[in-house]
Amino acid sequence: MAPSTSTGANHNRYWFALAGALLFVAMIVGTMIGPAGPTWWRIPLEFANRLPFIHVNSGVSKADWNIVWLIRTPRVVLAAIVGSMLSVSGASYQGVFRNPLVDPYLLGVAAGAGLGATLVFAFQRGATEHWIIDPLPLAAFIGALVAVLVTYVVGTAFGTTQSSTTLILAGVAVTSLATSIQAFILQRNTDVVRQVYSWILGRLSSATWGDVRLVLPYVVLSTGVLLMHRRLLDVLRVGDDEASALGTNVRRVRLIVVLAATLGTSAVVAVSGLIGFVGIIVPHAVRLIAGASYRVVLPLSVLLGAAFLVFADIPSRVLANPAETPIGVVTAFFGAPFFLFLLRTRNTSK
Amino acid sequence: MTALGFCDVRVSYGGVEAVQSFNDLLHSGEWLCLIGPNGAGKSSVLRAAAGLVPYTGSIAIDQTEIPATSARWRAQHIAYVPQSPLIPHDMNVHDYVLLGRNPYVRHFSSETKQDREVIHGVLERLDLIDFSQRRLGTLSGGELQRLVIARALAQEAPVLLLDEPTSALDIGHQQQALELVDKLRREQGLTVVSAMHDLTLAGMYADRLVLMHQGARVAEGSAKEVLKPNILSEFYGVSARVHHEDDGTVVVIPQRTTTR
Repeated sequence: MAPSTSTGANHNRYWFALAGALLFVAMIVGTMIGPAGPTWWRIPLEFANRLPFIHVNSGVSKADWNIVWLIRTPRVVLAAIVGSMLSVSGASYQGVFRNPLVDPYLLGVAAGAGLGATLVFAFQRGATEHWIIDPLPLAAFIGALVAVLVTYVVGTAFGTTQSSTTLILAGVAVTSLATSIQAFILQRNTDVVRQVYSWILGRLSSATWGDVRLVLPYVVLSTGVLLMHRRLLDVLRVGDDEASALGTNVRRVRLIVVLAATLGTSAVVAVSGLIGFVGIIVPHAVRLIAGASYRVVLPLSVLLGAAFLVFADIPSRVLANPAETPIGVVTAFFGAPFFLFLLRTRNTSK
Repeated sequence: MTALGFCDVRVSYGGVEAVQSFNDLLHSGEWLCLIGPNGAGKSSVLRAAAGLVPYTGSIAIDQTEIPATSARWRAQHIAYVPQSPLIPHDMNVHDYVLLGRNPYVRHFSSETKQDREVIHGVLERLDLIDFSQRRLGTLSGGELQRLVIARALAQEAPVLLLDEPTSALDIGHQQQALELVDKLRREQGLTVVSAMHDLTLAGMYADRLVLMHQGARVAEGSAKEVLKPNILSEFYGVSARVHHEDDGTVVVIPQRTTTR
């Protein structure tokens, strides 16, 4: 008999193809829908026309094309980047902490970024308009990194064992601290509460190609590092002790994975605000359909996370047209029932 | 030939010495069983050898001292089966046994064809081949114990450490698991160190018993030499009868001291 192969390799190939196709469709549909711009069916034709060696007369004017290319497309691309980053780092955090309820904001990313953004809003957002670099994403990014760094230093300094519980608790403490400082600042600057609130709920509406260029290096680096650790995340599933006895340097793997996931998450949070729920729901949906091995969960989370957020961004544009519905509201509103449905169908079929 | 050597191995937890200067030499294919009351330091000796607790002194395999920094080298030479392994319920049997190849896989690459052949051989030898796509959550306690041993065998290490391998099993599966280990060490020359509470079983399978008490070795030798009522009473505080069967088996029977 031939050596058995890993868990249904063919089965997984099918899921990867499907997820890739889904992402492609999501991105095409995402560019087709919006309040202004050309008739929807002309847009894929114009995209085809712009590919090398293909000439199609789509009838899209130069002005309309600018709406599609400079407003909608970067937004769709940014949604894909943010969705994939949040999903893959959520899955990775769940892996290194062996806790299914963990999300990428666990170690203080959200609170740190929130505090950084609040500081910028509170100290005269208007005065920064003519700055060369927009301080808002920078402050959010630094706030997120600093918060996680404090969590990690405190958590590992006080943790006597290799257990990750101390780290999670330190994250809770740092989150509370940052949130309380943020609340204090908001109390003294009530005029910016609305702006901060809308930032916290997440938005992709102002996305530009500049945002895409800003986050892309971090996201590529972070996702690459995380994907390289997918086999080791499977080893960690048997616990710290057994993983060590199997020859893995558990502390080092955890440190690298946490740093990579934090870097990527902080970068996307800086441009998109806090989009909740994606980092929990997408990895779990992947586990429900394709099994729990991180070798499958991580790459599939990249694809499905991207597709999910691109789709979720569509209702956020059109629901309250011309106003924007915060995308965090949409992800939770559509994501939660879908997740419950998935949970139910899987449990009854087994 | 010495397969496994302990030289002045000491383990302390927060200043309290859990193992005091443990010395031992095991030859290839030998089965040493550590016995002793709870907290005697049996598990600490095993955990030190598995690299899970810091220790002083040295532990050597085939006269080569285990390098303190290489978890991979250690895992290629020592396989460790913990008392209560953490079982990921949604992992399948094949993937679980594949974890045993971890010490041979480079950090960022994946298992080779040869690794998969080793797994296949182990699964076949332990009658797990029909289970290979089953999820761990669907297996019984006895099957899981066999599986954890399978993972340890996939490490292809010359030394096998077993911490209470039978404590969660019924009498039939206890026998099955121990027979399996016994067969493997005879066939493959595996050197086995186990910690066990069941003294009768310990004496039946191990070549040598070491009785530990408060971190120190207090008695050692064959079952006949160690399992004596006065020794057991002194270190376990147990009132027990010791019965010698014709085939050499030493049976330890605890005695009821209240009146019937």
